[in-house]
Amino acid sequence: MIIQAISFYLFGFVAVAAAVMVISARNPVHSVLFLILTFFNAAGLFVLIGAEFIAMILVVVYVGAVAVLFLFVVMMLDISFAEMRQGFLQYLPIGGLVGIVLLAELLMIGSSWIIAPATEDLRSFPAPPIEQITNTHAIGMILYTDYIYLFQGAGMVLLVAMVGAIVLTLRARPGVRKQKISEQINRHPEDAIEIKKIQPGSGI
Amino acid sequence: MLEIGLPHYLSVAAILFSVGIFGIFLNRKNVIIILMSIELILLAVNINLVAFSVHLQDLTGQIFAMLVLTVAAAEAAIGLAIIVVYFRNRGTIAVEDINLMKG
Repeated sequence: MIIQAISFYLFGFVAVAAAVMVISARNPVHSVLFLILTFFNAAGLFVLIGAEFIAMILVVVYVGAVAVLFLFVVMMLDISFAEMRQGFLQYLPIGGLVGIVLLAELLMIGSSWIIAPATEDLRSFPAPPIEQITNTHAIGMILYTDYIYLFQGAGMVLLVAMVGAIVLTLRARPGVRKQKISEQINRHPEDAIEIKKIQPGSGI
Repeated sequence: MLEIGLPHYLSVAAILFSVGIFGIFLNRKNVIIILMSIELILLAVNINLVAFSVHLQDLTGQIFAMLVLTVAAAEAAIGLAIIVVYFRNRGTIAVEDINLMKG
């Protein structure tokens, strides 16, 4: 129990501190790296609470894909990020006010609600006890059966996003010599070579 | 204090959510940091979903956390693609310069 508490406070504190560094770091590359740290610690929180599958998915999807994508874009764009820092202090008071008011409201809500007793009966897919079936197994049993349409829909969302990103960023640059196989195949000997009759002893 | 339960996780999620909102206000000029703040907000939502899912012993919350994750990944890909295209066309990604549509 004490180890669980220590782990929770460690993961939670590092996650929040890294999140603060994400929004306040001077260099966007550092922001991305702190974002990765936040995701790792959130994954640790998930493991601690017993949702291992979501934790691993978080690491794979966020750290492996999204954060690397951010890193790639930040490093590819040639932007003066120092200029973008201007106005940082100008927005600090109003942003801080909104953030603190929002946090106070959320914590107030969090401290005053109770779970209705009827909630137990409303559960659609009660989690089986962890001694019998692991978390991943239990998720797999309902994800591919009861939630198959949502699962396929998520796949379609990713497909559309992938196609959209490719279509947006693809450009046909002039002056690039690319191999065009159809043109190569469609060449005829008549277009390519010219046969000339040369009189003997007279040159071309 | 030592008994870690639902309120602890909700507090962490609330703090992360507020930090995300705060980040959007703080970095008004940098679109990339704004996108990262949105990722933080979605992470806070995921922590909420999973915490309630475990507390209520109902797996639906974890399924929905995965769907939120999917949408977040798609949103990051499309958003970054738009940023790259915009930078290629205009040479800047400062938020105040993005005013072509006069919105």
